[in-house]
Parts: sequence; structure tokens; C-alpha cells
Amino acid sequence: MKIVLLGAATGMGRAIARQLVERGDSVFVMGIGADDLAKTAADLAARAPKGGAVGHAVCDLEQPETFAQALDAADAALGGFDSVVVTAAMFASQEALEADTELARRLVTVNYANTVVFCEHVRKRLLARGGGRLTVFSSVAGDRGRKPVGIYGSSKAGISHYLESLDHKYHAAGLRVLCVKPGFIKTGMTAGLKPPPFAGEPEQVATAVIRAMDAGLPLIYTPAIWRLVMLVIRHLPRFVMRKIGF
Amino acid sequence: MAGESNGPGTELKALNLVHNPAHSGPQLAAWGRLSAPGTELVSENFEQLTRGARLSRGLGRSYGDSSLPATATDKVAASRNADRILQFDNETGVIRVEAGVCLADLNRIFMPRGWFTPVTPGTKFVTVGGMVGSDIHGKNHHVAGCFGAHVRELKIRLASDDIVSCTPTILSELFYGSIGGMGLLGHILEVEFALQRIPSAWVWMQSERMPDIDSFLEGLGRTAPLWPMTMGWIDCLSRGRSLGRGHLIAGRWAEPNEAPSAQPASKPMFTLPFELPNLAVNPLTVSAFNMAYYHKHYRQKIQKVVSPEPFFYPLDAVLDWNKVYGPRGFTQYQCVVPRAAGAPAVREFMDLLTKLGGASPLCVIKDCGPQGHGMLSFPLEGTSIAVDMAVSAATQRIVDRLNEFVIAAGGRIYLTKDRFTRPEHFAAMEPRLDAFLAVREKFDPQRRLRSAQSVRLFGDPV
Repeated sequence: MKIVLLGAATGMGRAIARQLVERGDSVFVMGIGADDLAKTAADLAARAPKGGAVGHAVCDLEQPETFAQALDAADAALGGFDSVVVTAAMFASQEALEADTELARRLVTVNYANTVVFCEHVRKRLLARGGGRLTVFSSVAGDRGRKPVGIYGSSKAGISHYLESLDHKYHAAGLRVLCVKPGFIKTGMTAGLKPPPFAGEPEQVATAVIRAMDAGLPLIYTPAIWRLVMLVIRHLPRFVMRKIGF
Repeated sequence: MAGESNGPGTELKALNLVHNPAHSGPQLAAWGRLSAPGTELVSENFEQLTRGARLSRGLGRSYGDSSLPATATDKVAASRNADRILQFDNETGVIRVEAGVCLADLNRIFMPRGWFTPVTPGTKFVTVGGMVGSDIHGKNHHVAGCFGAHVRELKIRLASDDIVSCTPTILSELFYGSIGGMGLLGHILEVEFALQRIPSAWVWMQSERMPDIDSFLEGLGRTAPLWPMTMGWIDCLSRGRSLGRGHLIAGRWAEPNEAPSAQPASKPMFTLPFELPNLAVNPLTVSAFNMAYYHKHYRQKIQKVVSPEPFFYPLDAVLDWNKVYGPRGFTQYQCVVPRAAGAPAVREFMDLLTKLGGASPLCVIKDCGPQGHGMLSFPLEGTSIAVDMAVSAATQRIVDRLNEFVIAAGGRIYLTKDRFTRPEHFAAMEPRLDAFLAVREKFDPQRRLRSAQSVRLFGDPV
């Protein structure tokens, strides 16, 4: 496979990119900070058992004008990519977002509007070559309006909604859209938060996501237990949700 | 601080190192499971994270208080997410990594390609930064020295917040002070060292039963020139004529024609679903374990090809084996007795240990080669003995007695394992301490970098 990863320098993107190169896939990593991306690419190249191709380019979800250029570079480096994984996003606590409206604007723009724009670029390119895979990290936080993740969760609800519609509309045309809904994963994004029960390790989640990509699944909760947790949460009556802090 | 003793309990409480349920704040723990109030910050961007940090830590595998903060408010930077391989030269084996790279990762990636770390400790769950800070040694110490002997360059954030590179010739004091310096001269950000070529990913191993300590020491001496890797496991509950009986284990990398054609399979790791009660490790269970282990093989000597995992990392098979000691926690006493003191000193030490009741399933003996260049590096030419002990009211007294013996024998202890040594004992066993502190004075006169251990042993101001 020839895979582009947006957000591969850190957290889940890093874990997924490593497992992909270790099994022999070619990857192209995108994110912010050219020097840092070069280090990430060097790391992946050193981990690739047969010295698989690893390229990199700056692509900033806050700057949609970088999207087309970065995807051109990926196409050129890989000789046409067939899979794109988006793990890049912003995270901030509900308190921080309520206190800072500008931060809230940036977060919903990056996580929803600009991610949709990026995916639209990818969709067009993949459909033009007969299909491919698009994997995007949403969140269980988008499954229900909840007190502790209201604003962040709404951006993820939007992206989940968009991904589901893409799947319905373009599945027949060969586009395989995977919406990943992670529960709590122990990455830099959640560092400092107290891990709840069922917190996942990045490596374990990466393995599950890659398996779902390979199987062409449209949706995965990971760690898997979160499917059940969210099933319950989605069905709790409103008066209960008002009372509880979850 | 530890001048007069009001019993170990009060002293430990003063150091905030006893698990105290009344302290509701977050706790940081090391491998011995006793914790200190504090939190660690984790980020892929370790370089930025160490700005203003007072201590950095890797995977928290040191047993004692070297990776624990001096106070709850000290900024502690965790390197474990800074785990990129920055360069690797497939011709020379020279590799440059971020400090948080885990040895398990390096083994998994490079062993199938015929490369291995020049020195490995007894667990693979350590970071390369920690391997430098502890200047770890392994079964091949008598031929390869410590890990630090293979390090070519370090990138370090100093207490001043400046970032510098040092090598054996550039800022050499900083370089050799950082090797085995417990991270007290600066935060280790990047490490360049050379991997070693291996003929196969399998180990040719020999295990011999040794009936007593004298034959053990004789065996270690006889085996060392013939085998690049040696160590021994000792049943330290046996007394009298069989004092110090055990297994002498030697190994070398298997040649391709001796090794199975497949790569060694990675076995699933076992986790303890809960911690065992305090009393799970007691003289009865320990002696049963030791009896069973001693008779593991009936033939006096066996030789076979084994996977490197159980050879180098027998305890890693149980991911969280530190839970077997229960909530009271445990410590490891590791010292080295110089060759000059001779076999009688080792016998006497084993005798003393047995008398003091240092009951432990794990007692490891190893003959060390010459002292390296790391300013506080542990090994010196002689015999190293490591023994696990559950923490109890008697631990301080046992450690004091053992330390007095080691001082008299001209030996020293391993900081990475230590949590009970008194500062005056450490000063007495460490003639290099003043030189190390002088380098510290030069790079960190205000003692911005500190740990619970440096406060305890070097009297850093809190």
C-alpha cells in the first residue's frame, strides 16, 4: 500500500505509521514543522525492514492552501497514493474552550471545516483513480452532546456525520471510508488527564485501526469496549445526561 | 539529614517515600513501587518539555528514588514519547536516537537485521536515555564494559536551559559525568552509539550447577575468558556447606549454522491481574522457589541454543513482576566487591546477607571487568552481587550493615537500585564523588536538577 498520513509526527499517527512501514507499506508523512517531519520520516525509514520509501511535506490543517500542494508532493513521491489516514486534529478541555472563544473557533475550524476540505481534496483524487481508502480519526466524543466535551465533541460529531455520508455516497465507486472513534488513548493529547477504565495504548489502537482499514470497515470504536459504552450513553434519557458528569 | 536514625520509618516519611494514603495528590512510582508525590509531563517534543524541568525520567525502571522528584512541585519531564530513531548506518551500526527510545523497540527492529545493542541490562523496558544515565552493565561487562563505553555523542539540555552536544573529546567532563550521572548534569535528549553485529538472533547458552560459593567464584573466573556473557543465579537461602550454590550461566551469540533458521518468536507477555499480598514473598515461598530453580536441570551442565528473550530478560516475561512483592514495595541491593578483596570477601558477604535474612528469590552474581570512564559508573573489577528484598522495618538496618561491609571491602553500590543508602556511607564508598560534584558545580551551581535520590545522597537543597 502507498499511504499518506496527516498528523504522523505524534500520537496515533506515529503509532500507525510505524506499524505500516514495519509491515512493508510505503508512507508519506504530513504535518506541521518541516524539521520535525524530517525526523519522523528518518525514524520511519530506519524502522522499515526493507528500506521502504518514506517522504514528507508540510500540511497544516489551519492553512487549507497547503493541502493541494502537499497532496501533489505525496502523489509524486509515492507514484500515486491509494490510502490516506488523518489523525491530525486539535484538542482542548471544555473549560479552556469556554474561556477562550478564539481557541474554540480555531478548534472547530480545524477539526471540522478544514478537515472536511482536506477530505474533499483526497476524495476527488482517489475517485479519479478508481477509489481508495480514506481513514479519519473522529471520536466517541461526537456520539452524544456531553458536558465535559461539548465543543470538541461537536466538531467530531460533524466529521463523523460527513464521513458516514461519504461512505454511503461513494462506496459503490470504490471509496472505502473508515471513521475511527477512539475512546481514551494514552497519547500526548490526553497527557495530564486521568485515564479512565478501558484506556487504550496507542500501539494496540493502531493495530485495530489498520486491521479495520484492511477489512474495508466503515466504522470502528477502539478500544472495542467503547462501542458498548457509547451504545449505553447514546440511549440514556436526557434527564439522566443533565444529571451525570460524563 | 539521615544523621541520627529514628528508625527507618520516620526517615522514609521525611523523604516522602512511603506510600501515604493521606496524601491525596498524584504520585509517581519507580520500579520498587514506593512512590513520591509528583506528576510527570509527557510529550513527543521532549526537547521543549525539558525547558525548566528539574528532573527527567524514562520508563521509571530504576528501583529506588533516582527517577522520583525531590518535591511534588518539581517539573518532571518524561522522555518515553520522544522515541524516534534519527539516524542508522547499516554499514557501521552507528545509531542516533531520541532519549525515550525503548530498548525493546530497538531489539525488535534491529535483531532480525543482525544488530544488537552493545550492552543490555536485565530488562528491555528501559529507555536509551536511562541506559546512559545509569551507565547500565550486562552479562558481557567483563569484555564490553558498560553501555557508556559505546556512546559516541550526547545531546543534553543543561540546567541553564542551553542545549549542547558532548563527546569523549568535546565537553568531556559533561560527557563522562552524564554517563552514570543519573541525569543530574543535564537532561539527555539524544544519544549516538554503535550497535554490534550479531551472527544470528539466537544465543548458545551453557548452564552449570554450582554446589557452593567457592566453586561459583572459581567457575566465574574460569568461564569469563571463554564466554563473552556470564552471570550466576544464587540460592541465597542455602546455608552452611551449600552457601552460595546456584547456576552459572554463560552464553555467546549462536553462529548461523547452530541457530534455527527462523527468527525467535516473540512470546506473549503475561500480566499480573492484581498485586499479590505482602506475604506472598516470604522465606517459605522463596526457599521453595529456590529449591525448584536449583533443580531446574538435573544434569550438572547443559548446553543449548535459546531465544535471547529468556536469556537476557527472564523477568520481562511477567510484565509487572514487581507486583509480587505486594503494596509494601521492594528494593534491590546491588554492590560490587573488588577483586582485591578476594573470594573470602564474597563468601563473607553471602554469609552476612543470609544471617541478616535478606530472603529473596532473586540473587544475581556477576564478575565485572575494569571500571569505565563514567564518573559515577557503578562497576569496578570484582564481583557484583544483586539481591531483591521486600521492604520492611528491617530494610534500613540490613542495608546499613551490608554497606558497612562493602565500604570495608573497598566496594560500592549501584545508584539505580538504591533507596536506603545513607549519604555518609555513599561518600565513604565513592572516592569519585568530589570530582562528580565539582562538575555539577560547574554546570549546575544552583542545583536546578535534582531528584529525591540526589537530595538524600548529595544533600541537595529542597
